[in-house]
Amino acid sequence: MAYVAVKGGEQAIDNAHAWLAEERRGDRSVPELSLAQIEEQLGRAVDRAMGEGSLYDRALAALAVKQAQGDLIEAAFLLRAYRTTLPRFAHSLPVETAAMRIRRRISGVFKDLPGGQVLGPTYDYTHRLLDFGLADCAAEVAAPRADEAMNAMPRVPDILGREGLIEPDGDGAAEPGDLTRQPLTFPATRDVRLQALARGDEGFLLALGYSTQRGYGGTHPFAGEIRMGELSVEIEPPELGFAIDIGDITVTECQMVNQFKGSKTTPPQFTRGYGLVFGFSERKAMAMALVDRATRAEELGEEVTAPAQNVEFVLYHSDNIEATGFVEHLKLPHYVDFQSELQNVRRLQREVAGTAERAEAAE
Amino acid sequence: MKGYNFAYLDEQTKRMIRRSLLKAVAIPGHQVPFGSREMPLPYGWGTGGIQVTASVLGAGDVLKVIDQGADDTTNAVSIRRFFARTAGVRTTTRTVDATVVQTRHRIPEQALRDDQIIVYQVPQPEPLFRLEPSRIETRRMHSLADYGLMHVKLYEDIARFGQISISYDYPVLVNHRHLMSPSPIPAFDNPKLHRMPALQLFGAGREKRIYAIPPWTDVRSLDFDDHPFRQIRAPHPCGLCGATASYLDEVVIDDRGGRLFVCSDTDHCAERRAAGHVGSEGLKEAAE
Repeated sequence: MAYVAVKGGEQAIDNAHAWLAEERRGDRSVPELSLAQIEEQLGRAVDRAMGEGSLYDRALAALAVKQAQGDLIEAAFLLRAYRTTLPRFAHSLPVETAAMRIRRRISGVFKDLPGGQVLGPTYDYTHRLLDFGLADCAAEVAAPRADEAMNAMPRVPDILGREGLIEPDGDGAAEPGDLTRQPLTFPATRDVRLQALARGDEGFLLALGYSTQRGYGGTHPFAGEIRMGELSVEIEPPELGFAIDIGDITVTECQMVNQFKGSKTTPPQFTRGYGLVFGFSERKAMAMALVDRATRAEELGEEVTAPAQNVEFVLYHSDNIEATGFVEHLKLPHYVDFQSELQNVRRLQREVAGTAERAEAAE
Repeated sequence: MKGYNFAYLDEQTKRMIRRSLLKAVAIPGHQVPFGSREMPLPYGWGTGGIQVTASVLGAGDVLKVIDQGADDTTNAVSIRRFFARTAGVRTTTRTVDATVVQTRHRIPEQALRDDQIIVYQVPQPEPLFRLEPSRIETRRMHSLADYGLMHVKLYEDIARFGQISISYDYPVLVNHRHLMSPSPIPAFDNPKLHRMPALQLFGAGREKRIYAIPPWTDVRSLDFDDHPFRQIRAPHPCGLCGATASYLDEVVIDDRGGRLFVCSDTDHCAERRAAGHVGSEGLKEAAE
């Protein structure tokens, strides 16, 4: 058999992509998904793509979800690769989550509190029974409306803060870091860590947060408050000198309240774990808050023993775009390295065989 | 390409990368952190090399892209097309015609000249990572030139196997100071790093590091006086061009143990065949 060099890579790639496009569309007798359908009816998928893609744009995220056939890490990757080409014309002012127009707000630490508990559009307390009614087109549902808009509820940690029971929130005066412009360096400050966690993979943070609950770096958490709703984003152009509203975003915020026995320099008080995520992503926000608190172990004088407390470990492995690229790069050709290993193993085997023969001859 | 800057990256980003490159050239072998951007190709698939190439590429450049020494491997094709599309530069498969060569896992057999730049794609810039995973720790070790750990690893290899068992990504000392990963090139290629006339640039996108070897810099593969560094190469001539000094790919030709060894550097092999060299496979074909 004569050796035929593998040529035609370009044609093969083109053909593969054409096949992909055909598969994406699926059976042509089934109507094609519109972006509006994805945006409206697969909202949680759109939220996750926006969060991990670090780009708040529901329409683009819907496009990414469609293009990726619902593979949300691929969708986030598409958004990241697009966002990195966009110019930065301004930075927003810090958003004020106390001013959120609330759709959901619950506290696990107080039965009732100013503003009350608002369940909002939650899966909690749904019985996870497949709803076969949804298989056909669901009947029109109209939820009852509250009489008045739910605005500006105080945040639970602020209520605790008035009594000095929880640590202050930090002054936040310094210019925050930006991982998308500057590489990660250590020690990583909390602003940078929070940015990394907010962009981080939901599954990774979920597992790490879970590990802290099972004893690997316990944080003794209570869900002080979880809130979801709309916030205004403002910028202050230098040529204007005053803030202007550029639009609303939906976010989920979680503030964990964690026990802390105090240290040499700090009295016993509750400490904070913070999570903030684009869209309605409660699982991610809660996991982020657990991991945020765990990664504060060193600054709070706690012993660092568990993976979730190891800042370097957490931050270097939370990004699923980096992780998926490197894991999947193993399918690229490694002929050369493998060949060098083959020669190496053959040589080592000869060496071992030679030693055994020499030993036999000596006997 | 419409809607995108020349070679994809915006000029500010290229400037940032070029500043990092200058620093890297000034401190040979030192890993310079840089603000690596998200690229439209996955991390681990050459994003570091692509960003470096994009930053040094001009409209008059001629680009060659190889993966495993070959111009026709899928990822090399993909990256070559990326630049043909976003920069519109001329591309080539001939090493001698290229002004910039981007590579993964090989150095071309054809010696590079002082008017050429070679850009390596680097998956893991930290040569010590298998011995010490914490980058906080390894940075400290580099700053103190504390490389005892690596020497101990090599010594232990010799104690256990009678020889150093690293066959690729073989650590080197650059300019007598910095321990450096040459990227996963086979140890066979390591001697080409030493006093190469061409500028050597290394880009690690996911790990956000750039490093460099300026032309004519001393690059020594770590070894011991009584266990000197050795190149490893399959003990065969190339089946297509008969080369006896090139690095070889092993091709499985049947399921009965049949093997064919051919040059991994496809351009080198094609040039030799064009010059009339014939290997055993070619002779067989001629006889048929």
